[in-house]
Amino acid sequence: MSASPAERFAAGCRAGRLDYQWDPVAGRAVFYPRLVPDGLQWRTSAGLGTVHSTTTVHVRGEPPRNVALIDLDEGFRMMSRVRGLEPDDVRIGLRVRVAFEDGVPVFEAAP
Amino acid sequence: MTIAIAGVAESDLGAAAPGTTALDLMGQASARALADCGLAPAEVDGLFAASTQLPMATLSLGEYLGIRPRCSDATQVGGSSFVAHLAHAAAAIGAGLCDVGLIAYGSTQRLVGRSSASVQERDPYEAPYAPLLPVSAYALAAARHMHEFGTTREQLAEVAVSARAWANSNPKAFKRGPLGIDDVLAAPMISSPLGLRDCCLVTDGGAAAVVCSAERARALARPPVAVLGVGEAQSHRHISSMPDLVRTAAADSGARAFARAGLGPGDVDVLQLYDAFTITPILFLEDLGFCAKGEGGAFVEGGRTAPGGPVPMNTNGGGLSYQHPGMYGLLAIVEAVRQLRGESGDRQVAGAEVALVHGDGGVLSSQCTALLGGPATF
Repeated sequence: MSASPAERFAAGCRAGRLDYQWDPVAGRAVFYPRLVPDGLQWRTSAGLGTVHSTTTVHVRGEPPRNVALIDLDEGFRMMSRVRGLEPDDVRIGLRVRVAFEDGVPVFEAAP
Repeated sequence: MTIAIAGVAESDLGAAAPGTTALDLMGQASARALADCGLAPAEVDGLFAASTQLPMATLSLGEYLGIRPRCSDATQVGGSSFVAHLAHAAAAIGAGLCDVGLIAYGSTQRLVGRSSASVQERDPYEAPYAPLLPVSAYALAAARHMHEFGTTREQLAEVAVSARAWANSNPKAFKRGPLGIDDVLAAPMISSPLGLRDCCLVTDGGAAAVVCSAERARALARPPVAVLGVGEAQSHRHISSMPDLVRTAAADSGARAFARAGLGPGDVDVLQLYDAFTITPILFLEDLGFCAKGEGGAFVEGGRTAPGGPVPMNTNGGGLSYQHPGMYGLLAIVEAVRQLRGESGDRQVAGAEVALVHGDGGVLSSQCTALLGGPATF
């Protein structure tokens, strides 16, 4: 059996890397990681991106939390969370960089 | 071969008695739809069904009604499934796989709770951020629409206000009474920019439709409704993989349905656009060609889709105020058929000859569009 793409991604995160795949035939980044097409190459993102969209989630009895879609500069999009700001202060277009919380990639405002 | 919808029905709607099952409501709606057109269960030879609570929905339905079909399709693409079933039933009848198709749905989502009725598979790339699905996905699209086009929360609220105004003429609506834009804006926030009144109801219920050749339908009890054209499309499963948050695959499904029907948006008299959230009809009005991309917010302003407005939309009160039992698409078909038969009572759109039904499934993932016609369109 092939190695799990999700496990490979998670291992990178635990080591402090945001890894993604590159499709050399199509000439584009691929996310989430996949087993196919053949020839996908693993690369490591510089971890810099832009908030593409954002929402504040309200659940009774819990503090409001952010959920965002981040466009990484390498050309892939992922769901994540922006920390270090009030959830409602996270704006579309905000430049962010990756950080890791217990092996989970989150983002914070880029300096 | 022209295919027709010969019978439609809802099950009991609203809050089901404790112990009622999704299959009970699916079966009840089915029996009523067959009675509507005067067919017996034994005459059904094709079953088309889906429910998040019934993974083998056509097997369950056949057992419940005592039907042994020679053709079945349990396509599950979310709330749009039943518009897809309409396409598949029409194709199956045309190909001779069956003669009479029964499309059915049932849910006890309110009774058993949304988390148990609609189990979401855990995605390793989204789950760590705990989005409230599906609402957060639609919120991300709404936020992006507001950012790109200047759409406002007031414009989103217009969709809910319009739905309520229609619901006030529908005795079967779950939510009735006055609702203004300020009421929508003042409701508790769920996943910004969508508040409680931007979100569909959670109710129990089911629906069913009987489909057969137009020739056969003409000999039955009710005026047949023509299936003029159906289009299907899909673009993603997860919101993080949606190619463009403000452009849905309704542009594809709509173009396919219009092409098959030989019609355009200007020919449509009444619209049933799946309103899981207030942003969805705005996206679909744009993607189906009723207004330009980005102008959906302005398009719905001033009650233009409400009773008395030029674009009658979601005339039963929609998923926002009428009923939303987990998946709504079949209820939208039922209302379109009733409008084309002229049976919608106080909410009847005068002279409605062509109806558009648009189903949305997943998180803007599956889009299915059907154009239906009244007696004059055969």
